[in-house]
Amino acid sequence: MEEQELQNELASIRSIMERSSKFISLSGLSGILAGVYALIGAGLAFLIYENNSNLSNPSFFVALHNALYMLAELIIIAVVVLILSISTAVILSNRQAKKKGQSIWGTTSKALFFYMLIPLLTGGIISALFMYNGRPEYIIPSMLIFYGLSLVSASNFTFGEVKYLGLLEIVLGLIAACLPGYGLLFWALGFGVLHIIYGSLMYFKYDK
Amino acid sequence: MKVPFDKLDKAFENRVRLQIMSVLAANERYDFNSLKDLLNITDGNLASHLKALEKEEYITVHKSFLGRKPNTNYEATEKGKKAFKEHLDALEQLIRQQKVK
Repeated sequence: MEEQELQNELASIRSIMERSSKFISLSGLSGILAGVYALIGAGLAFLIYENNSNLSNPSFFVALHNALYMLAELIIIAVVVLILSISTAVILSNRQAKKKGQSIWGTTSKALFFYMLIPLLTGGIISALFMYNGRPEYIIPSMLIFYGLSLVSASNFTFGEVKYLGLLEIVLGLIAACLPGYGLLFWALGFGVLHIIYGSLMYFKYDK
Repeated sequence: MKVPFDKLDKAFENRVRLQIMSVLAANERYDFNSLKDLLNITDGNLASHLKALEKEEYITVHKSFLGRKPNTNYEATEKGKKAFKEHLDALEQLIRQQKVK
């Protein structure tokens, strides 16, 4: 066997070990776009919040009505950002998967999905409990913390860099929990800015 | 210096068998259909190579059912993992020797 042939043999082993155990088709571009959606969402939420707090001396019922209305609007924004981000990630990763000869719904992406889902569902339930028990200031910190945990737990099944994104989200969430009242700012940092930075790094490293 | 070609495992001379072993070295278990998609080969081809590795006792088969569909999983044995590692070491050694030449 020639040296080139041997090198090819080893390279193919390495590539198949990676492709069989990690979902390497996660699109960096979808990370950037998720960050952009989150920043737009945070901007809208900020405008809604400002509008509401500008009312001078509202009656109790008007204030209650407005607060409920605002809450509904914020939830709608969050859900729209979530749906847009997930569908962008699925569409763009599907394109990457075709390019790299990986299946979008195969062993690796199923594992990735499963390990992300456990912390995310836990976080969703605890956020709902915080809302129900009148502690809304802990909703954004727990969203950040549990999202970070889901990334750390899923990072074994995709690019290792995902772990560091997860750790940063957890740290941001913990800081946000210490600084009530700045939730929206941390939300924009965690889901907007961090995603854009991470997505750009991944885009230049792996998407091409 | 003697080139250790004889240390290369005969069972891994075939590329598909080496690829199957690589997948089972990196994953605890892998099922038939995922292997087929990953290696991009036909059912019959994959089945015959799996049989050969099974005969060498390099892999074990776990058969189960997912609903009504049969689901066959493969796992590398200790013997198989050892053979795979030795094969890789031999490949590495060959490369090193050719660099020296």
